[in-house]
Amino acid sequence: MEQALSRTDAELVEALRAGDEAAFAELVREYHAPLLRVAQIYVSSRAVAEDVVGETWLAVLQGLDRFEGRSSLKTWIFTILANRAKTRAIRERRTIPFSALQPERVPEPALPPERFRDPEDPRWPGHWASPPQAWPEDRLLAAETREKLAEAIEALPASQRAVISLRDLEGWSSEEICNALEISETNQRVLLHRARSKVRKALEEYLG
Amino acid sequence: MSTAEAFSCQELVELVTDYLEGALDPEERARFQQHLEECGNCQVYLEQMRATIELNGSLQPESVSPEAEAALLRAFRDWKSA
Repeated sequence: MEQALSRTDAELVEALRAGDEAAFAELVREYHAPLLRVAQIYVSSRAVAEDVVGETWLAVLQGLDRFEGRSSLKTWIFTILANRAKTRAIRERRTIPFSALQPERVPEPALPPERFRDPEDPRWPGHWASPPQAWPEDRLLAAETREKLAEAIEALPASQRAVISLRDLEGWSSEEICNALEISETNQRVLLHRARSKVRKALEEYLG
Repeated sequence: MSTAEAFSCQELVELVTDYLEGALDPEERARFQQHLEECGNCQVYLEQMRATIELNGSLQPESVSPEAEAALLRAFRDWKSA
C-alpha cells in the first residue's frame, strides 16, 4: 500500500500501461475506499456509490493513455470520479444540499446554545453554562470507545464523513482533500470542524 | 466587536479547528491563546478536540472488500487483453 505512494506517478502510470496487475492492485487498495467516501457525497446510496466507483476505475484504465501528468494521478482519478458521480446524481434527480460542499452558507454550531450563557449576559457573555468535564483516560483508550467513535463518524452527513475520514484516518493533507472534493480551503475546514465537533460531542455523551 | 475584545467561550469553540489548522491570523491567534490561558473550561475543550483527533488516527481506515478487489482485477485483465 505504501509503495503506491512512494512510486512516482510516472512510474505507476508506465507500469499500468504495461499491464502490471500488481500496480493496479496497489492503486485500488490505496484509493477504492476514499473514492467510495467521496462518491457518497453525490449519490443516494452506498450501492450507487459502489457502481460509480466501479465505472471510475474502468474510465481510469481507458483514459490512461491520455493521462499527461498535468495534475497528480490522485487528483486525476478523483476528477473522473466527481464527473461520473455528478452525472449519476443528475440521472437520479438528486440535488446536493448546499451544506454538503458549501457549508459556509448554512450555519451549524458545534454545540447547542444552551451549553453557553447568553451572548448578552451582563457578566459572563457567551461563557460556558455547562462546561466540558475532563474524560477518564482509561475509558478513553478502551476498545468500546473506538467503536463509539467509528459509529459517530458513520452517522455524519456524507461530506463531513468524507473529510474527517480522509484527513484524520487516511492522513491526507487539506490540499489533497480540496482537490478531490473540488472545494475551497475554507469549506474544507468548515466540514472538518463540524465533523470533529460532532464526534467529540458523541464521545462526551458516551464518556460523560 | 472591537479587535481588542476577548473571545467568548462560545466563539472559541467555533475557532478550535482554525486554531489547530494554523488558519487564524496572528491577531486572532493571540486573542485565542489569551482566552485559553485564563479559561480552564476551554483548555479542557481544546484537549478533548486534540484527543478526538488522535483517537480518529488510531481507527483502521476502511479498505476495499476482497470481492470488489477481485472484480476490479478481472476488469483489469479484460482491459489488458482488449
